[in-house]
Amino acid sequence: MRDFCGGHGVLIEATGLRLVRGDKLLLDIAHLRLGGPGPTVILGPNGAGKSLLLRCLHGLIRADAGQVFQDGLPLNKAQRMRQAMVFQRPVLLRRSVAANLDFVLRRRGLSRSARRERIADLLATGGLSGRERQWARSLSGGEAQRLAILRALATEPDVLFLDEPTSALDPGATQAIEALVMRASAQGVRIVMVTHDIGQARRLARDVVVMIGGQVAEHGDVERVFGDATHGTVRRFLAGDLIF
Amino acid sequence: MQNFAQEMQTAFALILTGDSELLGIVGLSLWVSLLAVLFAALIGMPLGAALAVGRFPGRRALVVLVNALMGLPPVVVGLLVYLMLSRSGPLGVLQLLYTPTAMIIAQVALVTPIIAALTRQVIEMLDAEYAEQMRSLGLSRLATVPVLLWDGRVALLTALLAGFGRAIAEVGAVIIVGGNINHVTRVMTTTIALETSKGNLALALALGTVLIAIAVTVNAMVSLLGQQSEAQDEVRHA
Repeated sequence: MRDFCGGHGVLIEATGLRLVRGDKLLLDIAHLRLGGPGPTVILGPNGAGKSLLLRCLHGLIRADAGQVFQDGLPLNKAQRMRQAMVFQRPVLLRRSVAANLDFVLRRRGLSRSARRERIADLLATGGLSGRERQWARSLSGGEAQRLAILRALATEPDVLFLDEPTSALDPGATQAIEALVMRASAQGVRIVMVTHDIGQARRLARDVVVMIGGQVAEHGDVERVFGDATHGTVRRFLAGDLIF
Repeated sequence: MQNFAQEMQTAFALILTGDSELLGIVGLSLWVSLLAVLFAALIGMPLGAALAVGRFPGRRALVVLVNALMGLPPVVVGLLVYLMLSRSGPLGVLQLLYTPTAMIIAQVALVTPIIAALTRQVIEMLDAEYAEQMRSLGLSRLATVPVLLWDGRVALLTALLAGFGRAIAEVGAVIIVGGNINHVTRVMTTTIALETSKGNLALALALGTVLIAIAVTVNAMVSLLGQQSEAQDEVRHA
């Protein structure tokens, strides 16, 4: 059995993406192409539209104009099922740790014994072995987010979207999450992660998208963007200036 | 005062010896109210869930209506059910007036809005938290409903207990449609009203004691369940 399924080949594109609420243009993306190996990190100040972009790419929000493509095809239900998403605040079912994983494994039609085996594997991966029967909502913040990531990985996605998964966590918990994400990436899951933590982007990203005011201000290889950003605001943002 | 003490003594004797008349009345009360809650749940829970997750015209108005119906005066419900079931009423042919069935119907009318309104509240709050995650996992809105019902089970049980508390303690509606007929439609509340007016305080006190015990137990369970589900939710944020 595959551990996590491979998705380095998965190409995600967005063209002409526009999202308008009232008279505000929240998202305006002419063209964005996320391909190649390694994680993509979407950076930007608050209100830059990072989370909205992620939700559009995952099909949770329908844009007012434009389209999202996965492997060249317009995003449809079947392709969405190859994606998974982890939210800033983990949404755990009011059930045990094991039942949270079992919920998605059961939907994939796995037999009882296969599910039990997979749950043990996943919990070992996330450092939660032996916690099967614990009430999921009594986990600490870091553990809860790890469980949310494990549950997303239990769907064996080709693409994993993460929306600021470590924003409320201390360094130790953040490191555990990052290790989990990098492990999934190494196993071929395409990672697209939103953060406003510039250090985290440096640690994880191969590919960096910087958003300012709903637009992609800078997109490219991590070395290039951090070393030689052309956009003035992006340069200030990456240098640690407060942009709002 | 001595009289009262004597009556109290007799009342406890009735309870402790398991007086058959007392047991019959308590049994009928429980039977009527439990069945009423069961039927009210079968109507109220799907209705509440639909109001919580459904998006249809008139939904807001329906929510306001269901909430308002929680405060229905029992006597008026009794009157309306009486009119429906009386010989000249639309359901008169069924000859249900002055039967336990009529009492169940009246209690269902009283309890359904409570269960529906509380279910809507519980499911709507849970849905606000779960909706995006469920969509992300590929569940349709309809497929999300059983998940919400299961994960809201503790709070929903509280709603059922609240409904039961209302049903078992209610007197106005059942006395009108049940008629308070001995050994047929005499329940705890109606018997207390009758026996007190007759001066038979021992039986009234005995029934009152049982009724209080049931009401207190139900309310204790409601608050324990509430605390438990809150504790389960809050540990993480502590």
